[in-house]
Amino acid sequence: MAGLATTFGSGAMTNSINEIPDAEMLFLIGTNTTEAHPVIGYKMREAKRKGAKLVVVDPRRTDLARIADYWLRLKPGTDIPLLNGIMHIILQEGLQDQQFISERTENFEALAKTVKDYQPDVVSSITGVPVEDLYAVARLYATTDKAMLFYTLGITEHICGTDNVMSIANLAMLTGHLGRPCTGVNPLRGQNNVQGACDMGALPNVFSGYQKVIDPVVRAKFEEAWGVSLPENPGLVIADMFEKAHTGELKAMYILGENPVLTDPNSNHIRSGLEKLDFLVVHELFLTETAEYADVVLPAASFAETEGTFTSTERRVQRVRKAIEPLPVLANWQTVIKLSQRMGYPMSYATPEEVWTEMASLTPSLAGINYQRLESDGIQWPCPTSEHPGTAFLHAGAFTRGKGLFQGIDHIPPGEVPDDEYPFLLSTGRILYHYNVTTPYSPGIHSMWSEEASEMNPDDAAKLGLATGDKVKVTSRRGDCVTNILVTDRVPPGMLWMSFHYANSPANALTSAVLDPVTKTGEYKVCAIKIEKI
Amino acid sequence: MNLVKLTINSREVEVQSGTTILKAAEKIGIDIPRLCYDDDLSPVGACRLCMVEVKGARSLVPACVTAVSPGMVVETESPVVIESRRTTLNLLISNHPLDCLICEKLGDCGLAEYCYKYGVKESTFQGERHDYVIEENNSFIIRDLNKCIQCGKCIRACDEWTGIHNLDFIYRGFDVKPATALDSTYVDSECVFCGNCVTVCPTGALTEKQMKRQGRRWEVQKVKTTCPFCGTGCNFDLNVKDGRITGVTANRTSIVNGRALCVKGHYGWDFVQNEKRLTTPLIKKDGEFMPATWDEALDLIANRLKGIKEQYGPDAFAALSSARCTNEENYLVQKFTRAVMGTNSVDHCART
Repeated sequence: MAGLATTFGSGAMTNSINEIPDAEMLFLIGTNTTEAHPVIGYKMREAKRKGAKLVVVDPRRTDLARIADYWLRLKPGTDIPLLNGIMHIILQEGLQDQQFISERTENFEALAKTVKDYQPDVVSSITGVPVEDLYAVARLYATTDKAMLFYTLGITEHICGTDNVMSIANLAMLTGHLGRPCTGVNPLRGQNNVQGACDMGALPNVFSGYQKVIDPVVRAKFEEAWGVSLPENPGLVIADMFEKAHTGELKAMYILGENPVLTDPNSNHIRSGLEKLDFLVVHELFLTETAEYADVVLPAASFAETEGTFTSTERRVQRVRKAIEPLPVLANWQTVIKLSQRMGYPMSYATPEEVWTEMASLTPSLAGINYQRLESDGIQWPCPTSEHPGTAFLHAGAFTRGKGLFQGIDHIPPGEVPDDEYPFLLSTGRILYHYNVTTPYSPGIHSMWSEEASEMNPDDAAKLGLATGDKVKVTSRRGDCVTNILVTDRVPPGMLWMSFHYANSPANALTSAVLDPVTKTGEYKVCAIKIEKI
Repeated sequence: MNLVKLTINSREVEVQSGTTILKAAEKIGIDIPRLCYDDDLSPVGACRLCMVEVKGARSLVPACVTAVSPGMVVETESPVVIESRRTTLNLLISNHPLDCLICEKLGDCGLAEYCYKYGVKESTFQGERHDYVIEENNSFIIRDLNKCIQCGKCIRACDEWTGIHNLDFIYRGFDVKPATALDSTYVDSECVFCGNCVTVCPTGALTEKQMKRQGRRWEVQKVKTTCPFCGTGCNFDLNVKDGRITGVTANRTSIVNGRALCVKGHYGWDFVQNEKRLTTPLIKKDGEFMPATWDEALDLIANRLKGIKEQYGPDAFAALSSARCTNEENYLVQKFTRAVMGTNSVDHCART
């Protein structure tokens, strides 16, 4: 998000899901769409059936890599040299969109200067991708009119996540693939309401609609609406919260609907941070691994027990409707209100709709959306007025920040790479059948997929004397865990791939402590491990 | 685009050339029976239930795959058409268990609906019947091919919606059926358990295991909502009976996903009714969680947070909100953090 916010002025999927079947080319980098976003994956397969060209960049042979026209099996953490190499070829062959560059962007010279050094043969040796594939993909993308770029956490969960994103944005601007249907830079947001949680200002530096807390005019608006004076300094991001818990500066936390012990990287560090807090409140559906550390656990209501809205990856605000009464009696919005009351700050909302109405009145990009308008199809923001139809694709005519900002970006290797002591590379991700750490609580799902199956290349399995179903102990510099092995050539030699869904094989006990310096996102995709048969 | 004028059941209708008789009839509110036809799948003209009479044609024609032509005169419920439909239904149920009393699909079964409409009670054809083992070795889909009418919709949904082509017809003649490669069970195939085949099945051949004996189709209330798993934003209906969710079914008006779902949206909802759900606040005393009332828990939290704020200042507090929760919940959590606790330290795990 930070990457696109820098380049374009707003960090969100630029285009819409239902443009996919009409695209002529899909360029996927770091997204295993058919497993992480299955229904979007269906639409990609449909586009392919209708004749679209498919390019998949991924170290793993994902389902879409199997049917791709070009599968670029890059070495993990070499996305920037790959993208720079592709841009080098585009410029070398004069395939860039010169009109778009001169009318819609700035700082092109910096990009041209940087990518000049990324000769195809150099890039090939860094990334492991054959030179002829680099040429083919560069030509295909530059010369295809309706070409959509997609990425997910395979791009962002790196030490250079923000730089990776800006490199993708560079490529789209270089070829003019923005501001029209069936084009764009399309990050597929992970959870059901990542987009919404960001839009609502559940971030330490912005209020709803990305209005900055350091802006005195914005702060004055919220102070007047809320009747209190508000802090002017940005707050802590998650990684810093746990640092401050360790140093004793952070004393109390309230955690709603998150399980950082299983989902955040380097989980032993998270556990010890939680232990140091004076007071922890966890508001959850289940007594999770994180809730075990709480002083008070509040029972939460699920999505089926509340009215409200979610905002999908394509910026579409849609209704969530109450089907059954809240099991804990109080819905989550009611709990927060009751707590606020006791703290001496009454909040007087009778319904979630009233919460939305207040938020929309303070948030220009969502001001035109109300529950009546959401009744049938939802609305895609920006939607500034009640007459505005919503926005299917962003950046038509101009970018949010005015001109798109090219940046020259150089390769940054992963923070931890395999060595003699920890000779394997661990990468992590999602599988089709689970969603983070909620689905193990689904009796149906759990009955069919109850154990981790870490993917290992047949060459490595032969060397270690392992077969599918064998158990191994996996150790990194930060922790260890036990997992079953699945022998498959989906992964390249030297890599072990794990999901992070299972409490009894907690992959995040192993993952790296390295963070992207801008977003403080963990490098979940690369760390060094050793593997022992048990 | 050329417009074509024709007459259906003595009523004139004008449609674009290339339109099928079935869609032209729909335009003037005439519903032609169909089992293999689905608006969201390619037409194949297999079930022969949509046969209609076209003046001057040598035989009845299938309305779902026959394009209109200028001056066409169509009868959709003439005696010869009705006779044809009765015969087709008679043939279809000649090898179909008539255990409608306990069939999960009753109330949403195309075959039962048309047998009712045309008064077909039992088959007059006697002969061999299928005796397939009912497939129940997975947690989501019950597959009873004894009830299959070979309409092929499951095959097309697997191809055209999910895009994995896990199903196709195998064998010939009496033995023809939709099957996976090597005729294995779904579990032993490439099946991804999206259940899109169940959504389109017009009979009791494919049903949702979770909904088995949880309520008749007409007893459930359907509540359209948005999926709580990934960021795609699929919509579906929660089926509710007596204050409990019985299952998820697709909703035709879902703008993003249509009726296509994945395994999580279709079948992963049951975490909601997991018996491990917390229903009462818990307060830790001497390392053990003890059940507490809402008042006790909220009073304790308010007192402790007030105390910590007074002693250490607002920045000694931080909140983690959730990308799984609603917008309204997230807005309230950040407002609470900023306006009540006086700090901007609110974040959630999906900031990238």
